[in-house]
Amino acid sequence: MAGHGPAVKLGKDNASEWKSKLGVILFFVYAAFYGGFVTINTVKPKLMGITVVAGLNLAVVYGMGLIVLAIVMGLVYNYFCTKKEDELNGPANVAQGGTE
Amino acid sequence: MIYQASPIAIVLFLAFVGFVLGMSFYFARKAKSAEGYFAAGGTIHWFVNGIAFAGDYLSAASFLGICGMIAVYGYDGFLYSIGYLAGWIVALFVVAEPMKRLGKYTFTDALDSKFNSKSIQLMAAISTLVVSLFYLIPQMVGAGVLVTPLLGLPHWVGVIMVGIIVVLIVATAGMTSTTYVQFLKGGLLIIFSTIICIYLFKNGFTLNPENDGKPYHQFQTIELGKLPASGYKKVAEVTSGGKTFVQLVKPTEITIGDKTETKPINSWWIKDGKLLKETLSKTITADNKELYNGAPKEAQLFFPVGNIAKLPADVKPGEAVGPAEFLSVIERSEINLFPKASFENNGNKVTVWYAKVVSGAKLLRPGMKFLKPGKDGKTSWMAKFNFISLMLALFCGTASLPHILIRYYTVPSQKDARKSTIVAIGAIGFFYILTLFMGLGAMVSGVMDVESGNMAAPLLAKGMGIILFSIISAVAFATVLGTVSGLIVAASGAVAHDIMDNYMSIKMTESQKVMAGKISAIVVGIIAIVLGIIFKGVNVSFLVGWAFAVAASANLPSIIMLLFWKKTTAKGIAASITVGMISSLIILLISPKMAELYYKWWGVIFKAPFELNQPGLISIPLAFITLVIVSLMTQKDNAKLESAENA
Repeated sequence: MAGHGPAVKLGKDNASEWKSKLGVILFFVYAAFYGGFVTINTVKPKLMGITVVAGLNLAVVYGMGLIVLAIVMGLVYNYFCTKKEDELNGPANVAQGGTE
Repeated sequence: MIYQASPIAIVLFLAFVGFVLGMSFYFARKAKSAEGYFAAGGTIHWFVNGIAFAGDYLSAASFLGICGMIAVYGYDGFLYSIGYLAGWIVALFVVAEPMKRLGKYTFTDALDSKFNSKSIQLMAAISTLVVSLFYLIPQMVGAGVLVTPLLGLPHWVGVIMVGIIVVLIVATAGMTSTTYVQFLKGGLLIIFSTIICIYLFKNGFTLNPENDGKPYHQFQTIELGKLPASGYKKVAEVTSGGKTFVQLVKPTEITIGDKTETKPINSWWIKDGKLLKETLSKTITADNKELYNGAPKEAQLFFPVGNIAKLPADVKPGEAVGPAEFLSVIERSEINLFPKASFENNGNKVTVWYAKVVSGAKLLRPGMKFLKPGKDGKTSWMAKFNFISLMLALFCGTASLPHILIRYYTVPSQKDARKSTIVAIGAIGFFYILTLFMGLGAMVSGVMDVESGNMAAPLLAKGMGIILFSIISAVAFATVLGTVSGLIVAASGAVAHDIMDNYMSIKMTESQKVMAGKISAIVVGIIAIVLGIIFKGVNVSFLVGWAFAVAASANLPSIIMLLFWKKTTAKGIAASITVGMISSLIILLISPKMAELYYKWWGVIFKAPFELNQPGLISIPLAFITLVIVSLMTQKDNAKLESAENA
């Protein structure tokens, strides 16, 4: 078990530049939502008290929404990255891809 | 509050800790190489690593601190959940794969991969040590908080116990055992928190919540005019913070051990117009005796509190509710909170907790803690600054935590690093949604110990039955064990691998490296024990917020710029880490919160120069600016580096 090569011995990943671009775009999308949340709380906190859906106020919906959004965006990112890796590196390329 | 240990709790707890230690010794046999010790040989499956991430991350701060803060302040505690999770976005989208590509065992390796610079090695290692120590404090405080009700032991015993067990775990096995401990505990924590929430939804709401079979305490009210007829006599009257408190005395039957006797017992009441309302009080007498509601702890006159004062008309008590309905009922209810007031009376230090009705609508939006309006109804600029600063530190902090970063080196590939991050986000996000229910549930279930908000979630479980409480406490204790082990591995890696092996270039064999790691682990463990004892009583999530601020200030600018700005130089990175770390530490050391602690520890009166408790908004940009300026000034170094590479 122990004694396998560490990360630095991995081969070249042709998809890494593409993935890093997608990551940065998604990061800014999320940061905008997060920034919006912090801004409303700071500037117009009363807005957080208005009821939005199912008797829940904006604070609860926006807050939980940010958590759910992170999970959804994570899945979307993984889907596209895996697709691109398979496309550029070949699906069976164990050295560059994964354990499968 | 007085806690009695239950035999079931002790048996379950010992069984769990024994199991964890056994597992650790088992994996110890596999960790003979340095790689095995620090990075589990890069062989962990991504799913296991993902849940272990959750285990590392869902520390005492989340289970104890966030739930506790929500139980005391409502929605403001939930802001931590939101911020902590948002931080994973930075980790996943920006840092995960490049870190995996660049590093070997530690975060310093990754930063240094391009430059091989002594100053980066040293500064990154010091920052890893400082952040790990900061993060260790709340974990150790959490350990102390847990063992008190679980085993009936004092705070310091809990801290020392955790310290010893963890050092044993780490000193025997390193990253592999730490990973499996984290996997187990992360999984169990999520499962049992879900069970608590299901109980909450099933039980619905009631005005008089029973606690483990005992009825909810009915607070008495006496009209001032009828005081002589009530059997109480007035002893003293004190005004503090605009509130008037009256001390009354009445002969009361108390039982300590087997002895029952009738004694005159003093109690404190808050004056409300022509009424006197009963409060909870703790008195430290001039000769240093502690009295709870006028009697020694053992008499058990002190009780847990927190309930709904008024339910909406359409809600039937005891009827099951759904998750959305749970929140909307709380929003439309009125809730009894227990704010505290402290004053002196005849040389005795008195703390009083009095019932105050707060509307649920107010509790379910921000404003009870961070953005609390002042007397003029407006939130001060400084409060807003602190709030933004905190939210920024939480957002940037996750991707800068050394014990989280090292977890990227335990899986075989970048793809696995990414997948395990997503598993972590899913598991952690789900848990954070539960924190809102658990915190609010604890607030209205008559289980709160006014002395320790940190205990909200375990006490909520206790209200549901001793077995659930024992399991959840054992899991929470394992939570602390796991996180502390992870931190100690990270810190010992910084000392043994980064400083001794790389920076000082001490020639060591594989087994000597592992030995150096283990010795460092023991030393860091001892320091953590001491800090855990002195920081008793501070909210653990608040302390973790600080660790995030220091981590984000010291580490994040370097990581981001190294990945995205080609002109970054070795000196720029080293300077940025130094400035980020030192500026955030200085701001913390002169903050109002530390001023409070200085007074508590040493009786020293220190006036904080600024009302600034959260350094992130100043120190993170400062570290970025430092990196840019120093890098631009030292461009020649990079030119040399390139020509050397081309040669």
